[in-house]
Formats: sequence, structure tokens, C-alpha cells
Amino acid sequence: MMDIIVLPILTLLALTAVTVARIRNLWAAVMFTGIYSFLSASWMLILDAPDVAFTEAAVGAGISTVLMLSTLALTGRKEKPPSKSPVIGLFVVIVTGGALVYGTMDMPFYGDPHAPAHEYPQPSFVEKSQPDMHGLPNVVTAVLASYRGYDTLGETAVIFTAGIAVLLILRRPKEDDELEEEAVA
Amino acid sequence: MISFPIIRVVSKLLIPYILLFAFYVQFHGDFGPGGGFQAGVIFASALILYGLVFGVAAIKRVAPPIAIEKMIALGLLMYAGTGVATMLLGGNFLDYDVLKHGLFPDQHILPEGQHLGIFVVELGVGITVSAVMTMIFYAFTSREIAK
Repeated sequence: MMDIIVLPILTLLALTAVTVARIRNLWAAVMFTGIYSFLSASWMLILDAPDVAFTEAAVGAGISTVLMLSTLALTGRKEKPPSKSPVIGLFVVIVTGGALVYGTMDMPFYGDPHAPAHEYPQPSFVEKSQPDMHGLPNVVTAVLASYRGYDTLGETAVIFTAGIAVLLILRRPKEDDELEEEAVA
Repeated sequence: MISFPIIRVVSKLLIPYILLFAFYVQFHGDFGPGGGFQAGVIFASALILYGLVFGVAAIKRVAPPIAIEKMIALGLLMYAGTGVATMLLGGNFLDYDVLKHGLFPDQHILPEGQHLGIFVVELGVGITVSAVMTMIFYAFTSREIAK
């Protein structure tokens, strides 16, 4: 029964990815990346990861699409036809893809109860978190914000740094704004 | 896009619910799926939708860039400040067990200990993330005017 939903989503994901790579109109390519994000959000929902699906839908399909479109408004909407021969690129892609597929051979099957991720840290956290957190039911939140609180602090600092960096690069000096306002007035 | 009636009406209807959903994901993150990062990006996407439909001037009245700029640092400070507070209260850095206040101990009105720590820390993450996303949107759109 699940196959009726899973197979079309995965096929559409692959088709969208190929379309994004082949299309020369960048507006359309940005729109296709948005569609790709919505499809992966649906896929993550099927994999029982609703919080990742929220993030994918909001960041991937929403915010980053808007940012890409506003970048296109500043640059151009057409991609230049490639000047180099595509053989080297194809070779690199095939080798990388082959290595990735070879890597998946060692991975445990989806839902395998003996996968390392299910065997090692999780059961101890699931058992410990109820008494440790005084009955806070969400183990994911407990791990992220309490057991691994340092990591999340670091991630927040990364987001902070990224935001400051974007501001430093993109923001116009304040005098420009004021001059413009004076000119308008 | 304010001249398109369908976009204007539908986004005006949806934005309050997107904001409400962001708050739900933020404050219910201890119990259901979600947390600070997810809530932050959902909140920011509601603001950006408002900015897209009603114009950058309108969104800058709702969320002034000066305030958003301060909120980027405020969220991180809330997170790190919780760690410093737990140290001052005698625990380790980010050891929320020491965050006890003893108000209404029986009714469970105010969260305590681990629960309070996670709540404040996630709120800090949410504030920083939504402020950064909104600020990046402002940075891009102000370039557009400059063209």
C-alpha cells in the first residue's frame, strides 16, 4: 500500500533533479528546486520525521527559493551555455555516484532493528530520559537541548555567525540609505 | 503583488495561522515534533511571505530591521546566558537541574529544572533563527532597490 505513495514520490524526485540540471532558464530551475524540496518534505514525512519535514518545507521550498529569486533579480535569468566539454564532468559524477552507491552496500536496511543507530545510543537515552527529564516526553528534544546542549549551542552560534557574515557582505553602508532618503525628501 | 486580489486575500488569511503554527512548534516542541529551529524558520517564512505580498516597507514597519538585528544576538545570549545562570546557581554549564524556583510546586504551572532549561534554550534558538532568516531577506531586498 505504501508503495503507491513512495514510488511516485521517489520517481518525481529523480525527474525533478534531472530537470533542474538540464534546464537553462534559471527562474524555472529555482522553481523546480522548490518543488524538489516539497517532494523531499513529503518523503521525510513518510520516514516519520515530521520536524525535518517542517524544516525542509520552510527553508528549502520557502526561504531559500525566495533568496534564490532575489539573487536572480540582481544577476541574470539565463545560464550561459557550457563552453567546456561535458566528458570530464560526466566522469566525475559517475565516479562519485558509483562510490556513493558502493557505500550504501554496507548500510543496514531501512527499519533494521539491529542497525547501529538503533542498537547503541538510543535505547539508553530512551530509558534514561524519562527520569532524567522529569517526564518530558520528547526524547529528540531532550537529546538536542539537554544531553547534547553544547552541540546545539554551537549550532546556534554557527547560525549567528552566518547571519552576521551575510549582513557584512550584502548590507549597504548606512550613509547610502540616508542620502537616498534625503534625495526622496 | 498587492494588486493580485487572490494572493492578497489568501496570504492575509494564512499568515496568522502560519505564525500560530510557528508558536505551536516552538512551545509544544518539548512534547511533539519540533523545536526552536523549526519554529524559527516557520516564523520567518510567515514574515517573508508578508514582505513579498505587501512590500518591503510594510514588513519593515512590522519587524523593524534594528529590532531584528538585536534579536540575532539576543537569542544566542539567551542560550549562553542559561548556561552561565546554571553555573552561577552552582551547577555545570547548561546543567538545567539547578534551575529551581519553588513557585507553585504542586500545580506544575511554571516549568522547572530540565523542562525550564530546555524551554528557554529552545526559545533562544527560535529567536536567533527567525531573526537571521528575516535579516538575510532584508539584506537581499535592500540590494534590489540599490540596482
